[in-house]
Order: sequence, then C-alpha cells, then structure tokens
Amino acid sequence: MMQPTTKADPTPGGLWTPDKPLIQLTDVHKSFGAFEVLRGISFDVMKGEVVCIIGPSGSGKSTLIRCINALVPIDAGSIQVEGQEVHDPKLDKLALRRKVGMVFQQYNLFPHRTALQNVMMAPVHVLRQDRDEVEQRAHALLKKVRLSGKENAYPGELSGGQQQRVAIARALAMRPDVMLFDEVTAALDPETVKEVLITIRELVEEGMTCMLVTHEMGFAREIADQVYFTDRGVIVEHGAPDEFFSAPKDERTQAFLSQIL
Amino acid sequence: MTERPSVPFAVLHPYRRPEPRPFRLRLRLIHGVGIAGAVALIGGAAFAQGGTSTRSAFEVILQWSPLLLSGFLFNITISVLAMLLGTIAGIALGLVLIGHNPVTRWTGWVFTQFFRNSPWLVLLFFAMFLIPYEFRVAGTTIPFPDWIKAVIGFSLPVMANVAELVRGAVRSLPSGQWEAAESLAFSRRQTLWMIILPQCVKRMLPPWMNLYSLVTMATVQASIVGVTEMLTLTSQVHAAEGGRPDLLAPLYGFAMLCFFLYCYPIERFTLYLERRFKV
Amino acid sequence: MDAIAEWFRTLYDTTGINITVVYDAYDRQRFIEGLGMTIMLSVVTIFTSLVIGVAGAWAQSSPLRLLRFAINGFVTVFRNTPPLVQIFFFYFGLGQILPRVEDADGMRVPLIDNVEWAIISLSLFAGAFNVEIFRSGIEAVPRTTVEAAESLGYTRLGIYRHVVLPLALRVCLPALSNNLVNLVKTTTLAYAIAVPELLYVSKQIWTDSQNVPVMMLILLATYTVLVGILVFIMHRWERALAIPGYGQGAGR
Repeated sequence: MMQPTTKADPTPGGLWTPDKPLIQLTDVHKSFGAFEVLRGISFDVMKGEVVCIIGPSGSGKSTLIRCINALVPIDAGSIQVEGQEVHDPKLDKLALRRKVGMVFQQYNLFPHRTALQNVMMAPVHVLRQDRDEVEQRAHALLKKVRLSGKENAYPGELSGGQQQRVAIARALAMRPDVMLFDEVTAALDPETVKEVLITIRELVEEGMTCMLVTHEMGFAREIADQVYFTDRGVIVEHGAPDEFFSAPKDERTQAFLSQIL
Repeated sequence: MTERPSVPFAVLHPYRRPEPRPFRLRLRLIHGVGIAGAVALIGGAAFAQGGTSTRSAFEVILQWSPLLLSGFLFNITISVLAMLLGTIAGIALGLVLIGHNPVTRWTGWVFTQFFRNSPWLVLLFFAMFLIPYEFRVAGTTIPFPDWIKAVIGFSLPVMANVAELVRGAVRSLPSGQWEAAESLAFSRRQTLWMIILPQCVKRMLPPWMNLYSLVTMATVQASIVGVTEMLTLTSQVHAAEGGRPDLLAPLYGFAMLCFFLYCYPIERFTLYLERRFKV
Repeated sequence: MDAIAEWFRTLYDTTGINITVVYDAYDRQRFIEGLGMTIMLSVVTIFTSLVIGVAGAWAQSSPLRLLRFAINGFVTVFRNTPPLVQIFFFYFGLGQILPRVEDADGMRVPLIDNVEWAIISLSLFAGAFNVEIFRSGIEAVPRTTVEAAESLGYTRLGIYRHVVLPLALRVCLPALSNNLVNLVKTTTLAYAIAVPELLYVSKQIWTDSQNVPVMMLILLATYTVLVGILVFIMHRWERALAIPGYGQGAGR
C-alpha cells in the first residue's frame, strides 16, 4: 500500500541503542497534490521523552504524526524509529507498529466489538499471542484507564472520554515503545477532557515515550520535555515548556500563544 | 494539511444494543389497508362480473389453488437460488471494486454498471439465448433446463447490485477505521474481514432484503421466456376454464395477492431493520 | 450513408457480425420505431409517475382519514406486487371488462389499447414508489421550517408548494433518480402485452435475421445509453438545485 518514497539507507534495527534518539526525523517533506504540508521537518525524540507539538490548524501536525507510523507516505527525507527507516519499502510494518502505538482524535474504536474485544483484537490476531494471557492483560489495561466494569460495553454505549481511554488501552495492549497522540481531546466534551489527560499523565509518569499533538496548552506545559511550534509546514520554534511559554522568541509563536492563552 | 472533519459520533450510532422491543408484524389498521386493498381488488373484480357465469371466480381459484400455489413456490425457489448465486458473485465482484489494482477495479466497475443498468427482462433473454441448454464436462452431459438459465439470468443483476452495496457500505465507513486497524498492524486482508466487512453487514442488510423482494417480484418475468411458473400456470388455468374473460382479473388478482402476502412482511421487516440501524 | 451501410454489409460477409439495423432499411426502420416507443413510454410514464408521486405525498398529509388510507393502500399494494402481474391485471383483467368502442374506420377496438394500459400500469407502479420517496423527503423537512411558514400565513397548499416540496425534492433526488432509472428499465415489461417497444422489435429482428448475440448486445448497449442520458439529466438537475449547506450537496 505504501509507496517507497525515500532514498535513505535503512539502518539495521539491531544497531540502535537507548542512548540514540528513539525517533529521528531528518528534513521530512510531504505534499498533497500541489500543497506542501511538510516543508523540511527535523527533530529527535529520546527514550522517555515527552514531546508536544502545537500550532494552528492546517499547519501539518496531524500529517507529521501520521508519517511516523507510516500511515502517510513521505516524499523526501528520513524518519527513523529505533534506528529503523520507516519509509523503507523493505520495512517490516508489523515490527514498526508494535513499537509505535497511536491514538486518534475520533477514537476510531471498532464499533462492532466490545471494549474488551477492542483491546484484545490486535494482540490476538496480529501478534498471535495467547488469548487467555491477552485477556488478563486487557482487563488490567482497562482497570488502569479506570474502565473496570465497562469490559462488555460496546463503543456506542460509552461516552467520548471513555471511548478515548479504551483507545489508549487498545494501543497499549501492543506494548509499544512510544505512543503517538493525535489531538486526542479535540473531539471531547470539556468535562471529559480531564479524565483522558489524567490517563496520559499517568503514562508519562511511568516513563512512556510520548508524542502529542495537542491544543491543551496548560497540559503541554505541565508534562512536556520539549514543545515544538509548527506553522505552514516548518518548525518555527522549540524549547523547554517553561521557556517556550513564558518567553516565546518568534513573532508567529507569540501571535499564536496570545490568541490561545 | 486538511484537518479531518469532526463527525464525532457518526460511526457509533448504528451499533446501539438491540432495543428490547422485538419485531412483530402487527396487523394494525394502517398496515392492513394494503391487504384489504388487494383483497378488494380481486373480490371486487370477481363480483363485478359474476352475472351469468356458471361458476364464480372464487370457486375456480379455490379449485385450482394447489396448482397455482405450487407455481408460486417455484417462483420462490427461483428467487432464493438467484439471490444466493447473485450474492456470492456480487460479494466477490464488490471486493474487486474496492481492491487496489486499478485495472481490475475499472473492469469490475464497467461490468457492474453494465448489469446494473440493463433491464432485467433483457438480461433474462440474454441468459436464455446465450447459455447452452447443456454442458459437457468430462464426457458427462449436464443438462441446463430453462429454469436454471432463468436463475442465472436473475442472478446477473443481483450480482451487480450486491457488488454496489458492498462498495457503498465499505465506502461509507469512516477512514479512521482503516487507519486505526493499520496502526494496530492488521494486514489489509485482516482489516477487511475482521473490521470492515462485519460492520458492513448491518448496513447492507436492509437494502439487500429490498433487493430480494425485487427479485421475487421479477421472477414472474420468467414466464415470458417460457419457464412454467405461476403466471404461466395462471394463463393455463384460464384456458382450462374455457377462456372466460371475466376470470382474468380475479386470477391475476390472486397472483398479486400471493406475492403481496410474501413481499409485504419482508418490506415491513426491512423498514424495522432500517430504523433499528438508523445512523 | 450508403458507404456506411455498405461497410456493415461487408462486415457481415467477411466476419459474420450481422448488424442489420445499420444496413437494412426495414430493420433500421423497425428499430428506430421501437426506440421511439421506448422513449415515449419512458418520458410519459416518468412525467405521470412524478405527478402521482407529488400529489400522493401531499394527500398523505391530508386531514381526511379516508384519503390517507386510500393512498397508503395504493402505495403498499403497488410496491409489493410484481409489476408484470399488475400489467396483466390491467390489460387482460380490466381491459376485457371495459366496453369496446368504434374507431374512425368503424372497427370495434378496446376503449384503452395496450400502449395506454402499459402507460397506466407503469405510471401507477413507479408512482407508488415516488409517493414513498417524496414522503421520506417531506419527513426530512424540519417541523420548525413548516411552523415558520405557517406563522407567515401560508396556506397548507402554499407551504407544500413553496417550502416543503422544494426542500424535500433536494433531499430525495438521489432516490428519485434511482427509481426513474428503474422505470425506464421496467418499460421492457410492455413487451409482454405486445407493445412494439425496443425489446419487442429487437426480438423480431433477431428472429428474422438470426443474429441473436449481436442484436442482444446492441439492445443492451442502447439501454445503457438511454439510462446514461437519464442519469446525466438527473445529475444536472441535482447540481442545478443544490443549495450550499443543504441536503446532499452539503460539504462537497
């Protein structure tokens, strides 16, 4: 499905060591037709780091995060996850996707399966793990996202916040090394945003490497190690959250923050 | 970059737990109007020209009803077989339509449109004239009687319509379902069979039942190409009764009633399903 | 013209592909007349079935119980019985009962001939579906819009004509277009009561010329073109009626 798009050499996965960046983007370009969405993005994410990407709508944030687990092919540049080139045609997609968990804005739960089944499906059918073991783990994960007792509920019976927490549990069931969150609170009611953010914060506290596209500035400031501000396909500015939010250097960042805060 | 449109719950509504209220074909006044209308049509027609005839239309129909009903049963058989055959072929064709290969997809599309936009009667002629009356496989001759050719003839438009249903249902699922499955490392085949198609079944069921109703009502067209089904028997009965013109309306009315009693419950049930799965 | 005819004659002589409707004047004449009949049947039945649909849907909201019941009964019966049996019922059943009249030449002919019966029964059949389609479109018009029109002093007919129907039409156009395509295909059933439409003349031609497969393909292609033209017109209509932000056209 994915077209080979880069010329970069695939680095053998075995050479990667935890002191190297877990995710490494180098000069990533992506166009939809004539419209260039990403115009040379580069950054690193180290293991255990929490990175927040903020920026106005249409600045390419969601595309960027989708490129990282090869949902969207890139036109040029290189994206490596644990030293493995993501857009290498010879890439083992399965291996990539067990490493990278993803949570979507629209939850995208499978509506014909219960919460528990949603969590169990991929480990059982894709990773072919033992069903009983997976089921135990799924129960534990649902407990962890505070949804014990909702195992047999269908997505349609759950609130937005509950669905999103099932989606987080579903991604965690693959035991990923990094979690990608694509505006996961944008579709939620204000009251339920908090319960999802608490779940994410717990993950961060456990040391999970996370990348978030978010509009929750307060949350970004609280949990991020690095904040990146993107606009029109480039990274305008980045830095540690305190510095970034209190003293933004670029005009565009200042304008954006003054609108939001 | 285009921000994805926010349709937060559209995906989820059709899958509400079944309502506790079970389906019952309640013959309420409004529902019964149709049946009453059909009966009135026949009865009225029969009554209008009772006159000098030796036997009333009611007696004639009663006497011949076992034969006529066996003909009707044959119509049902044809419709079920055509639906079965057409559905299997249609699902296969539908999978081609949503496939990745542009050449097969395009060919499949032309194929589908051709059979979807052709009159059923013409396709029936098509099957009748162009399918040989027997096949020779490894020395044994397999005869192909007319009624089997009719089944094939009816299954052609069914196939095209089912293919369109499959394509439409798959299309109507939000792309997030594909993305989520992909991000969980499901293969395309797994995604299709475990995630996409199970969700499509519910969406496809009401229009599929509608299609079945149409096929059932179309089976009478087989009489035009020489298959002895209910309509053929009806005209034979009419001839056997001496060709009295006043018998025609009641006899055809009886055929209408049979189909009505079979198709009306299907329509009600389809409506019920549509409401239950309402997006 | 002659050159083309000659070419097709040669095509037959050399390959056996016998397209008589091009080079044989008699067959061509028959085919064109059949095509004309099919087009006439289609246009007339489309028009009358639309009238039945609009009027029926309006009558369904009538305060008269009896009228509503009658319309519901009509819709239910005609939707759930085979159109071919309907045609037979009308043509053989009712046609036999009606008195015969003398025509201009003094011949006694049926009051309603087979073409007219075909038009009547096909219109009623498609009309029943149209009533249902318009009804669902009307149901999609928000109650508040109707209330707004009421508060502006519109009469019931005025609301239907100026507010409800224009909005409902836009909602139900796709379904309507589907049904009309179906109607064009259903005109073939007139074959069964010897109306000389496209299928009927084609069968005559392939019986006379022994070119069943070729003629059949021409027939199917002709219907594909006819349906294509209708779909094109409906599409244009849909496009012309599209209001930004309303109905099917929204967000595209």
